[in-house]
Amino acid sequence: MADESINKGRRRFLTASTAVIGGAGLVITAIPFVETWLPSARAESAGAPVTIAIGKIEKGQMIRVAWRSQPIFVVNRTREQLEWLPKQDPLLRDPQSNESEQPKYCQNATRSIKPEWMVLIGICTHLGCVPDYKGEVKPESFDPNWKGGFYCPCHHSRYDIAARVYDGVPAPLNMVVPPYHFVDDTHIQIGVDPKGAV
Amino acid sequence: MGAFTQWFNERTPGLGAVYTKHMTGYYAPKNFNVMYYFGSLALLVLVNQIVTGIFLTMFYTPTAAGAFDSVQYIMRDVRWGWLVRYMHVTGASMFFIVVYLHMFRGLMYGSFKKPRELVWLLGMLIFLALMAEAFMGYVLPWGNMSFWGAKVIITLFSAVPVIGAQLVDWIMGSFVPSDPTLNRFFALHVVALPLVLLLLVVLHLGALHEVGSNNPDGVEIKKRKGPDGHPLDGIPFHPYYTLKDLVGVGVFLIICAIIIFFEPTVGGFFLEHDNSIPANDLVTPATIKPVWYFSPFYAILRMIPSKGWGVIALALSIIVLFLVPWLDRGQVKSVRYRGVAYKVALTIFAIVFILLCAIGADLTPGWIVSIFGPNADITTIENLFGRTLVVLYFAFFAFLWVYTFFGLEKTKPVPERVSTHD
Repeated sequence: MADESINKGRRRFLTASTAVIGGAGLVITAIPFVETWLPSARAESAGAPVTIAIGKIEKGQMIRVAWRSQPIFVVNRTREQLEWLPKQDPLLRDPQSNESEQPKYCQNATRSIKPEWMVLIGICTHLGCVPDYKGEVKPESFDPNWKGGFYCPCHHSRYDIAARVYDGVPAPLNMVVPPYHFVDDTHIQIGVDPKGAV
Repeated sequence: MGAFTQWFNERTPGLGAVYTKHMTGYYAPKNFNVMYYFGSLALLVLVNQIVTGIFLTMFYTPTAAGAFDSVQYIMRDVRWGWLVRYMHVTGASMFFIVVYLHMFRGLMYGSFKKPRELVWLLGMLIFLALMAEAFMGYVLPWGNMSFWGAKVIITLFSAVPVIGAQLVDWIMGSFVPSDPTLNRFFALHVVALPLVLLLLVVLHLGALHEVGSNNPDGVEIKKRKGPDGHPLDGIPFHPYYTLKDLVGVGVFLIICAIIIFFEPTVGGFFLEHDNSIPANDLVTPATIKPVWYFSPFYAILRMIPSKGWGVIALALSIIVLFLVPWLDRGQVKSVRYRGVAYKVALTIFAIVFILLCAIGADLTPGWIVSIFGPNADITTIENLFGRTLVVLYFAFFAFLWVYTFFGLEKTKPVPERVSTHD
């Protein structure tokens, strides 16, 4: 007949193993529920990277494309525009872009991967207007010493050709540089970092 | 007992006993003062939020395209819709006023101390759930401040090491606050968090009624019981405190009615003006700031110059409140019999909290200009002022531990019985 005495070791083993396996089951079941919160296929396609052909952009010319429903500016900077860049530093609010937002690989003197190619999100950091491109180095009505850059028509914020904000205007920060990389010499992709970049 | 009551009680084991235990048989200290209104008022506001919330849900559309218009529809076209919404909005702010006073009462009279540590912890969990509930509710009208507030607050999570960026996308369900964000916030605000809140409130009250209420003297009334087994200094919660609380309810509802009918925005504090503009992902409001009840914690975030440390300080400022029962080693509960330094420190702490609230609500630039003139360096002065306040906020808790752990506190003798005026 059955042994009436209690095998405590076996009880403990059964309790523990049931708890562990039940707990594991619970965790596995939770995964699909947690993952429902990740961006859906629809959200991902709306936020997908955008590839732009830049081969036909002339020196000094800018094009606009949309990425995640934001205007992306791509400028093919001239040698003259680039030469003026370091000389603007004393006039700028955040010349080293310490406060401003850009990928680490673009926190440099030209705020870009290749010096001539400037890529930025064309939204004024003041109230989100879209600034105008005023690329030519020539006196402008709003600034007789204009060295090329971006000018916001809403509240007169001014940025240099690396989208760095001048001191004394309403905008607090340099315009944002999105993550991007060069697919080849004539194509860039917005939204994806270069390989190996952090 | 009526025949029906008896029939009912025979078929609901324990229900009558539960009522007796928590109402007529629950003996509370007889010396409760005005600070003891806020627990029952918080319960009243919770009921108000649930009832008005259910009615708002009947007319609200949780989509990015429809949310803002549906709130305007409630305000303009739904009969009495404006009243229901203003009751809900005013209720949200009043909830925090009442809860902050309730927590301050706990600090004043040592209601967090042994044996009530669990009551305090459950109360802190209610506070956390309430903050989540309020934040998500704030996003639902999908005004421009809803949108940018959500963006800023959710982006805080990017400060989490390694998984930060993915965590932000996970919370938003997209790369900007949009339909998925609004839908999940709606579900959490309307179903999940109210359930959590109700459960926590039941546990909070259950834990309180197990150990019994503290009182302004910090005397344990259970130590002295009469021949009937009830505390000598206790009176049944019902009818004595139900009636007393009704007086508080009357005054409270008058204040709420004045707000709802005459000044529902409370000068932009309860309802922000920028939120009367539909959400626009290209146009940032002039200043992005949270509603007043988050502003003390937001000020701590803003005053720390580094983003990562700011988020850590923000989290610590709330975590440290959980630890109060173990930071304060003093035996004497009530501020009436505690050392002078505790009274001073608690007063400073309360003032610091209010001033941090002013900084987070962006009131300080105006103050600085009126004190130092139009040419004042607002940023420098505000940072100096604000950082001092942040240090003082945390210094209170450090002081509390040092003061009580090393026995520096000179307390007065605590009476055997509660003091009364009769």
